Amino acid sequence: MRRPIDRREFLKRGGALLAAGALPMSLVEIAFGKDSGREGFTFAYLSDSHITHVRGREFVRNWDRGLIQAVAEANLLDPRPDFIMYGGDIAQLGKREEIDHGLEILSGLRGEVRYVMGEHDYYLDLGEHWRRRLGPDHYSFRHKGVQFIVLNSILTDDDWTHRRWPSAAERMHQMARLDNPQGSPFMVGEAQRAWLRGELEKVDTDTPLVVFSHSPLQKIYKGWNFWTDDAEQVQALLKPFRKVTVLYGHVHQIQYNQIGNISFHSVMATAWPWPYPQSFVQSPSHLPKLTVPMDRANPFFERDGTGWQFIDLHTGNADVHYLLPDNRNRVVAYDTAAGHPVDREYQDPKRRIPPQTRY
Amino acid sequence: MKRGKPEGRCAAAGALAAAILLGFAVAASADEFTRQDLERWQGEYMAVVKKGEALFHGGLKSTNTVSCDQCHPDAADIHPETYPKFQRQLGRVAVLGEMINWCIMNPLQSKPLALDDPRMVALQAYITFERRGVALAPGKH
Ligand code: HEC
Ligand SMILES: [Fe+2]
Ligand SMILES: [Fe+2]
Repeated sequence: MRRPIDRREFLKRGGALLAAGALPMSLVEIAFGKDSGREGFTFAYLSDSHITHVRGREFVRNWDRGLIQAVAEANLLDPRPDFIMYGGDIAQLGKREEIDHGLEILSGLRGEVRYVMGEHDYYLDLGEHWRRRLGPDHYSFRHKGVQFIVLNSILTDDDWTHRRWPSAAERMHQMARLDNPQGSPFMVGEAQRAWLRGELEKVDTDTPLVVFSHSPLQKIYKGWNFWTDDAEQVQALLKPFRKVTVLYGHVHQIQYNQIGNISFHSVMATAWPWPYPQSFVQSPSHLPKLTVPMDRANPFFERDGTGWQFIDLHTGNADVHYLLPDNRNRVVAYDTAAGHPVDREYQDPKRRIPPQTRY
Repeated sequence: MKRGKPEGRCAAAGALAAAILLGFAVAASADEFTRQDLERWQGEYMAVVKKGEALFHGGLKSTNTVSCDQCHPDAADIHPETYPKFQRQLGRVAVLGEMINWCIMNPLQSKPLALDDPRMVALQAYITFERRGVALAPGKH
């Protein structure tokens, strides 16, 4: 079992790298594990920065800092990731200022970045500014033998979107409230599902498939939209493939699961962590049993419970490395024998540590 | 009927004693209450819970626009049943209101509230209401 490196070690190595011009060897080892037949590669994954405009040129410092730190650390990854994914929610209230300011910070990333639409980017102008800056909100690409699909999973029904609210700003405010009883469940929708079916018909079912969405394409807790209403229909389209991984943002916490042939992994927010839904005791929820929760956050350290990740696809399944400021990093990797993702350190209940108890 | 202030209670006890001496009870000051009273008091309480819910969801003045619900949906990850408890970051046993103030001063970058400020009371009413049914666990981290 390889021990995840902690952040101090990671940054020290990063510093040594800059000074000595040498490769941080343990990262090389982590990135391209011993017996990979496939051409190994990694990509970095940042998500949920929630850049918030206060007034004039002022933005919430805490969220700016989270994104700035993640960008700086991701730039130290060596060997370089082949590309970088951004998982959605650049902005808090979908404002131009917020999206532009977030993209300005993200422009510091060394490497090509691809984007997923989040609900906080969408519900002010229905994604217009985001698409103008970044292009279509659903697309596919192929890289080193892996097929990647990006979906906009945060759509909801027409009535809620177009007829319910007196203004676009009010609609955005309503969607921005996670625990909103007036909220509306996310969905991929019929049009995108038809598009997805068409895309998948062109792909051999032995090809490893990686699907990016903002919301989980599985049902965890409807009350906070840890949920996609047509998740089962999307899962059915993915069923013929041998190796399928769904990677999602939105939940601001570590989650992972296996449903049939599909592995699910969430990513951390750079902005702030969310409680696990079971800590809201008035309503039942369904956190995957497989998930070992992330540590409780210390509110006195504002980066606690945030982070970013890099993902290794050398086996065709995902090994997700979580980089967690001032905490031990975590690795959740597909275990071929078990047939599902496991945490390399904490999966065994005897190995759990007290901060993972969430209540 | 119990009143909040100790002087009130003394006065009530005095009136009660006088009433007993005089051989009749004054309904308004005796410790008897009706179903309607209970409903009214519950209503008063729930009105404050509602006020707390609104403060929690952006109603509290916040210099940077950040609100409590952004990190604590349905007040989750707040454990009022564990207070007072040792707060390692403060190095002493603290009450819930002190941690509310911590979050007001830091994530919200705003001014703390007096512990008996009606807004502080309302925030606590809402936070505690969202944990109703959970057993008391004083001191638990
Ligand atoms: C940036 C995110 C963030 C915001 C905004 C925030 N908090 Fe917190 N708060 C936290 C975190 C993280 C914790 C630690 C949770 C834990 O112990 O698991 C916490 C802890 C607390 C605690 C102590 C809970 C316990 O059981 O130890 C209280 C009380 C609290 N917050 C109240 C509030 C209130 C009231 C607001 C709004 C004025 C607020 N918080 C805003 C992040 C936040
Ligand atoms: Fe988010
Ligand atoms: Fe989101």
